Amino acid sequence: MKPFAYVRPERTEEAVAHLAAHPGARFLAGGTNLVDLMKLGVTGPPLLVDLGALPLDGVAETPDGGLLVGATARNSDVAAHPVVRTRYPVLSQALLAGASPQLRNAATTGGNLLQRTRCPYFQDTSTPCNKRVPGSGCPAREGVHRDLAVLGHSAHCVATHPSDMAVALAALDAEVRLRGADGERTVPVTAFHRLPGDRPDLDTVVAPGELITGVALPAPPPGALSAYRKARDRASYAFALASVALVLTVEDGRVGHAALAFGGLAHKPWRARAAEEVLRGAPATAETFRRAADAELAAAEPLRDNGFKVPLARNLAVGLLGDLASRATAAAA
Amino acid sequence: MDQTLSERASTVTLRVNGTDRSLTLDHRTTLLDALRDHLDLTGTKKGCDHGQCGACTVLLDGRRVNGCLLFAVACAGRSVTTVEGLTDGEVLHPVQEAFVARDALQCGYCTPGQICSAVALLDEAARGEPSHVTPPERLPGGPVPLTPDEIRERMSGNICRCGAYPNIVAAIEEAAR
Repeated sequence: MKPFAYVRPERTEEAVAHLAAHPGARFLAGGTNLVDLMKLGVTGPPLLVDLGALPLDGVAETPDGGLLVGATARNSDVAAHPVVRTRYPVLSQALLAGASPQLRNAATTGGNLLQRTRCPYFQDTSTPCNKRVPGSGCPAREGVHRDLAVLGHSAHCVATHPSDMAVALAALDAEVRLRGADGERTVPVTAFHRLPGDRPDLDTVVAPGELITGVALPAPPPGALSAYRKARDRASYAFALASVALVLTVEDGRVGHAALAFGGLAHKPWRARAAEEVLRGAPATAETFRRAADAELAAAEPLRDNGFKVPLARNLAVGLLGDLASRATAAAA
Repeated sequence: MDQTLSERASTVTLRVNGTDRSLTLDHRTTLLDALRDHLDLTGTKKGCDHGQCGACTVLLDGRRVNGCLLFAVACAGRSVTTVEGLTDGEVLHPVQEAFVARDALQCGYCTPGQICSAVALLDEAARGEPSHVTPPERLPGGPVPLTPDEIRERMSGNICRCGAYPNIVAAIEEAAR
């Protein structure tokens, strides 16, 4: 590992100023991904600006009925938060489906959004990778890609984003709050991560030196149910082969609000807008749910060894839609 | 912790098993390496060194973490409990007693991490924190009953290459009573 300088500021503006003054410097939060990438030689920042002393670890209800989750709030604390569990169960469930208790105790909200792909070629510095070394090539396309993308990939990169939390946030219409040297801005979670295109080295729209200060959740739609479902190679402590997050209302047997997002399928959490078009206003039946999932997954372009993800994602979506619709109908009866 | 920008090393104080320990460390030193190589606390084990096996599990301010994925400098001023700190003099912690009584180990290499993890697990469940297998309809408040499924899920961050899992689950069930 390369040597690095270290500083732990107590004010947010100081942290931002350190990054502006030191090109190549990185923020350090829980470190569960960054420390590993430094050990692997994937990255070697000359300065780490530790966010551990900043006042950004709170979870607070907002006047508009929403919730503001601080950037350095721990994944375990957010998952166990009573308001998250009762009003945003999809978020609590997604967090608890990811990583291990030890990792969730260290990992933060902002760090979770910024974690890098676990594509084996990205993590192995002895191989080419367009994400790690732009222009070096993508061995995954013809190599080991069973766990990689089926939607939205490019000739340059077939990596998936590994987060479960971000998939729930996409379905919740959450917004990421960013602070840079020039001020603050807000980006919808669905526009926060990029598709790879010809710049797979850029995972997100975060500008150099910008700091995530928090994630804002809007008030959930009245009467909405939400849940997260994940398929993986072992029962716990594994990344998603495919996952689905859903926020749903059903009124008089018809779908009202429907926000559906897939994980494990693409370079970003995949908000299923085509499926939502089919769902909205349609009868809440298995036939509708199948048509909706198929409408979204028609765009899939599986690689040689990951075609199984398409029916897997379809079955997860159809199953979760059916389960939440049944619960909504039972609750209304 | 010196708040100025330090170049390659810093002097930090960690409260380890109840005692303040001051160390000058290269910033690259993980908490795991600080404990083993600088404080001779070799109970905590290095397995994968990438946060995948849990052998390095210690308690940081009472919460279980992977010592291999934390820089020691980032733990300055915080309280660390290792497996050596769980005993009360010569008296073993109830989780340690249960591991012995239930023969919850074979080679023993993962055991300090398993035990630290289990100690934290009991606290988390007592505080009512949910897991992936806790029924979602269970509302916040009150301890979560530690069924074998709950224990298995909550111990998923600790790998045992020998496969002592059945007795580890039994030991934690016993310690939870």
